[in-house]
Amino acid sequence: MTTLPTTPAETVADRRAEPLSARLHLWAITVDHKRLGIMYVLSGLVFFLVGGLEASAMRAQLARPGNDLVSPEVFNQLFTMHGTTMVFLVGMPVLLGMGNYLIPLMIGARDMAFPRLNAFGFWLFLFGGLLLYYSYIGAQGLYGTSAAPDVGWFAYAPLTDRTFSRGNSTDYWILGIMVSGFGSIATGANLVATILCMRCRGMTLMRMPLMAWMMLVVGVLVLTALGPLTAAQVMLLFDRNLGAHFFDPQEGGSAILWQHFFWFFGHPEVYILILPAFGFVSEIVPTFSRKVIFGYPLMVAATVGIGFISLSVWAHHMFAVGLGPVLDAFFSAMTFMIAVPTGIKIFNWIGTMWGGRIRFASPMLFATGFVAMFVIGGLTGIMLAMVPFDWQVSDSYFVVGHFHYVLFGGTIFAIFGALHYWYPKAVGRMLNETIAKWSFWLLFAGFNLTFFPMHISGLLGMPRRIYTFQPDRGLELWNLLSTAGVPLQAAGVLLIVWNLLRSHRKGAIAGNDPWDAWTLEWATTSPPPEHNFDEPPTVGSRRPLWDLKHPEDPDGRYE
Amino acid sequence: MTVLAVGAVAAPVAAAATQTADATSSEICDPTSGLPLPSIPSMFEPASPPAADIEALTWLLLGICAAIFVVVQAALVHAIVKYRAGRAAVDRDGVPGEPRQVYGSNPVELAWTVIPIVIVFVLAMTSVRLIRDIERTSPPEGALAVTVIGHQWWWEYRYPELGIVTANELVVPANRPVWLELHSADVNHSWWVPQLSGKKDCIPGHTNVLWFEAERPGVFLGQCAEYCGTQHANMLLRVEARDDAGFDAWVRGQQSPPASDDDEEVLRGREVFLALACQACHDIAGVSEGAFGPNLTHLMSRSTIGAGVAPLDRDTLRQWIDDPQTLKPGCNMPSLELDDAQLDAVVAYLATLR
Repeated sequence: MTTLPTTPAETVADRRAEPLSARLHLWAITVDHKRLGIMYVLSGLVFFLVGGLEASAMRAQLARPGNDLVSPEVFNQLFTMHGTTMVFLVGMPVLLGMGNYLIPLMIGARDMAFPRLNAFGFWLFLFGGLLLYYSYIGAQGLYGTSAAPDVGWFAYAPLTDRTFSRGNSTDYWILGIMVSGFGSIATGANLVATILCMRCRGMTLMRMPLMAWMMLVVGVLVLTALGPLTAAQVMLLFDRNLGAHFFDPQEGGSAILWQHFFWFFGHPEVYILILPAFGFVSEIVPTFSRKVIFGYPLMVAATVGIGFISLSVWAHHMFAVGLGPVLDAFFSAMTFMIAVPTGIKIFNWIGTMWGGRIRFASPMLFATGFVAMFVIGGLTGIMLAMVPFDWQVSDSYFVVGHFHYVLFGGTIFAIFGALHYWYPKAVGRMLNETIAKWSFWLLFAGFNLTFFPMHISGLLGMPRRIYTFQPDRGLELWNLLSTAGVPLQAAGVLLIVWNLLRSHRKGAIAGNDPWDAWTLEWATTSPPPEHNFDEPPTVGSRRPLWDLKHPEDPDGRYE
Repeated sequence: MTVLAVGAVAAPVAAAATQTADATSSEICDPTSGLPLPSIPSMFEPASPPAADIEALTWLLLGICAAIFVVVQAALVHAIVKYRAGRAAVDRDGVPGEPRQVYGSNPVELAWTVIPIVIVFVLAMTSVRLIRDIERTSPPEGALAVTVIGHQWWWEYRYPELGIVTANELVVPANRPVWLELHSADVNHSWWVPQLSGKKDCIPGHTNVLWFEAERPGVFLGQCAEYCGTQHANMLLRVEARDDAGFDAWVRGQQSPPASDDDEEVLRGREVFLALACQACHDIAGVSEGAFGPNLTHLMSRSTIGAGVAPLDRDTLRQWIDDPQTLKPGCNMPSLELDDAQLDAVVAYLATLR
């Protein structure tokens, strides 16, 4: 049976009275998972704006063929920093940060399993990110100029060798990502330990919110995948600075070895970036459809299945490398296979909406947009698993379109949905719903206008990572459309930022449970007190708040 | 919203198809070679068996994925439209009660697990079969062997059986298979001419092979598809497929020594070429043995300069030699800061290398 102690009102007023320096000091020394989670999300959002600016500059350059708005060197730095930023300094920290904030609340714990390790992980991420960006000021590129890394976010050997990448900008890339990677490993271990050991009484594994399942698998994937990347980066540092030759073919090293290391990290990484998004959507869709998630056990099985299969699909990034027909066929088949559990999730979300009473508040708008966009990214993913087709479009704009449908239409839309959903919990005030709807539709329109045409320019033969394109190949219109979507997206993002800022002071008071939801985090105050719950809660089903609201028909009897 | 997305898929694909259709009806000819030039050199105008196989596969894949897309989005739209709460219910206080809670359904979940498994199984088998059909491990019978070496940022082509070394423009006979051996001299590149075949990477220390057979004479364009540094964008590919007579004539031209010219300016240009750094990088048969830059023995038989960055004529040649960094900023050829007289002489000399 569910029991939920009440929590005393927060002492916000007392805190406001303290001087700013004292309050900032509290943030700097905190080991509270909620404060760390908020700092993760905020720093991730700042990096998101920076990465977005980099993308906008690239789209401006590619508005027409032969444009010379930026030099080739600057363009190459832009796409390297954009990719690196969005993956390592936006996706990972925002998602892990939201996990950090939400998981203890959702499983009824007081904090993460290792609070100090948690703080350590956050500061490593932040300083890793700042180190990477310090390259704009401090790194030496060619001709003694300062230079950001320009080797692409997957930094293929031997372009990263000292011979071809002089100066030290590549060392900044290695060190920045390695430092922030250590932080991610710490957070991954923390998530696994927290979810396995800190659940409140009555919360068996099969009663956890789906979000907790997804974060558990993410934690395991972080632990599995980040290590090989860090190891490869150490080898690359040795190559560059100590005269080793791991990836230097001229001295007996292997350039392809780097690709294996990188993608052995890189593909699980894609699922590290999408599984938490699945988690958000699996929480938002039931709440706003007013229905329990459809097929919980199958969703859990699909999540775990994705976790396993995602470790054996990495070489589908390497079909053009010439690994031979046997390996190509194996990785093709594994990639097709991962479509099955992913499809199950999409069907189960639609199944949850089916027969519901759907309220399209802003979190649900973003979640529905996520499902619609992710379907497109998933289908182009299936196309790319077809090896001969991949031989044509690999490394083309088709791939760029594909992974932006997955990571922007997918992950970023889900993150915005989650921000709109849990902001009232974290801040205690509601976001403005009108602004939220404007920002969704602007983003939705701008996103499709920018990224859909990329599939076509890719099919027509435009490779990625080119600072200019040929005028005689039918690419002008599609590139112009892609650029035209940028202002719409920028407006959408700025509206969201403005909404986050203004609602902090002006939003309507949220109360404990503004969405009439069913998971534990809505049982405590908004924002929750430092210790989350006065007494550890006890749960009797997957939806403890449903049981409280409907004592005549508790969930437990159906599970 | 999703209805819009469906339209967004259909319209551009149709537009792309129309564009490719236009391309075949109005052929433009390449000014230097006189060979037909497609307006959009894409994979939708295949001119070689591997590319044709992939094009057929592409339409099949697009069809299957479009069908799945329509089914899933239709279900989503249906759920959105039919199960949307009325305005009154949006207000929390006015909710009349929760809808029926459905925890799952074994037959339904089994269906949407098994049906996708069947679809991806068929796709995986198709993939395996086509990999075997297209990817060859030994050369087709009667194939012309060419060694491709990717450099930052140009292509070197060697014809071992014919003793020819050239750069940036691959000349092949039409209707005869071509067997490429792909190498790299520095970093990773990728050889991609969509009308002839899929791409294959050029990786240092790793030999790849690729084959195609141009089914008609023509010029086929592509470009490097693996990021290889500053001028990756201008590492363009150009393949000329000629009829047998045209190809034989080209081979004879390449095999003969460059015509000598006793013109005074030409001789002076040759002296400048040998006295300055030019000869350290560029190979001219019987004159210099540089190996870092493109072979210039029959420079003027080519139609572009700088790996396709500009059409080759005396003006662009002069501009290029004066300062390659204006046409191709960041490329590895420096400006030698020649004075006007030296420039004229070098251009006059290089113009004799036909």
